[in-house]
Amino acid sequence: MTIWDNITFAFPEIFIAIALMILLLVGVFTSGKYGREIGWASIGVLAVALYPVLFGTAAQTADLFNGAFATDGFAKFSKVVIYTGAAVSILLSGHFMEREKINRFEYPILILLSTLGMSLMVSSTDLISLYMGIELQSLSLYILAAFNRDSLRSTEAGLKYFVLGALSSCLLLYGASLIYGFTGATTFDAIAAAGLTANTTGLILGLVFLISGLAFKVSAAPFHMWTPDVYEGSPTPVTAFFAAAPKFAGMALFARVMVEAFPTIIAQWQPILVIISILSMAIGAFSAITQTNIKRLMAYSSIGHMGYALMGVAAGTAQGVSSVLIYMSIYLIMTLGTFACILAMRRPEGMAENISDLAGLSRTQPALALMFTVFFFSLMGIPPLAGFFAKFYVFMAALDAGLFYLAIAGALASAVSAYYYLAVIIKIWVNEPAPEFDRNVGQSVKGIAALATLLMVIGIFTIVPMLTGYAETAAGALFR
Amino acid sequence: MEMGLGHYLTLAAFLFSIGAAGIFINRKNVIIILMSIELMLLSVNINLVAFSQFLGDMVGQVFAFMVLTVAAAEAAIGLAILVTFFRNRGDISVDGANLMKN
Repeated sequence: MTIWDNITFAFPEIFIAIALMILLLVGVFTSGKYGREIGWASIGVLAVALYPVLFGTAAQTADLFNGAFATDGFAKFSKVVIYTGAAVSILLSGHFMEREKINRFEYPILILLSTLGMSLMVSSTDLISLYMGIELQSLSLYILAAFNRDSLRSTEAGLKYFVLGALSSCLLLYGASLIYGFTGATTFDAIAAAGLTANTTGLILGLVFLISGLAFKVSAAPFHMWTPDVYEGSPTPVTAFFAAAPKFAGMALFARVMVEAFPTIIAQWQPILVIISILSMAIGAFSAITQTNIKRLMAYSSIGHMGYALMGVAAGTAQGVSSVLIYMSIYLIMTLGTFACILAMRRPEGMAENISDLAGLSRTQPALALMFTVFFFSLMGIPPLAGFFAKFYVFMAALDAGLFYLAIAGALASAVSAYYYLAVIIKIWVNEPAPEFDRNVGQSVKGIAALATLLMVIGIFTIVPMLTGYAETAAGALFR
Repeated sequence: MEMGLGHYLTLAAFLFSIGAAGIFINRKNVIIILMSIELMLLSVNINLVAFSQFLGDMVGQVFAFMVLTVAAAEAAIGLAILVTFFRNRGDISVDGANLMKN
């Protein structure tokens, strides 16, 4: 395969890389006057990059760059979701950034950079490209967390995220070096081939370090400590972005590494993932109960949801992987919708972030109250909302893989987590009204919240059947 | 005594542990955390180069170069975030970063 073939296959990544550098130059040379236009141009860049992913007729399972990069169905599915999530995050941010006077042109460019990293992550089939993708994504995310650089809370969030993120990268890298040493290979295929014959103790030590690093990136317990602080401190649109696309990319990468590189030693890694999954679900369910800040609540909720998604990875089957993809896609829509609603919680003096600010919302703003209710019921997993099907498929995958205790723990955690979601819903519908929110929160925020609500309600007829079909094909690409 | 792969791996493991301990034990200064992170990344490089030499395979050394460049970028971004934090807060003690608590 010639170098030109490789470049054609990697067109989305190369295009994003070149386009974002041009946008950066434009921004710098016009001294940041065209922030809004650069935001729209970034969405355009993502749309152009999406085109070959959706309609490219090229061979689907080519391993490129000497086996370091793949554009199989799995990568394509993930890229569609990631690009969409990133574009929606840029749309969500415009009005907020202008109100807070932090509408600098670097914001959409940093989102593009981290999207490029995520795109590499889901396509990587080699430890080196895996590491480069993760770092490209994480380094941009550290800056995004500290984006409101005059706010102590935002910079503190950035600092905490940076320190803990760098620590986790070190763990991941140490694991990668051990795996390389004990198998003599860095591509996933070669590691899988060497898995059975290699000195297993060293390999498993490396695997444990690698899993720790990946668990940190998806904020699964016991590596979740950074999540609440970073979610609370970052500007809200940045939090919305954190909760959506990077989580999807991390989980997709997690599934790919486990299934492609270590299929022969599933007996060793399955128990680790089961424990991480149970811990995440438990911590997500119990710690959220005492929260008073809505963004912290969403942070613990996301830790719990990562636990459910990891059930599918732990199953280690094609059904498991496809259930993870379905789960994370539906979770991405739910979480972006919820954060669009949170962005609508604004008073003249600034953002309202306490759960008590939502009291009596049904009387002051019934539409917003209804959307919040739909999202929280969906996050809870109440049928017939889309969130139920997300949970349904991972539970089925865990049961079919014989992980009964995991499924039981998941059901119990769902019951506990229903408590804190319901507590918020009761506040919204029953309590005495708190002061009213601003009506002017931007057209795109309202539109996205309404669209996501609609998708949750009619998901049973639209996105769920669509996702199940595509996810099955995508998961099949890992088990060829 | 002849130097073997085991010696290098032990050295790297020690350096890695010192780096990790530096992050958790240190309560005074965020700069020390940055230094600990560098130490951990470089210990990984020792691992990679030792394995590369042992296996007679160049990929490990390529990996080590990648890690070096990323470590430089990471230090730059870490320092930049640290400077903005210092401007808002006035000091860089680890205990000072406590605005958000459960």
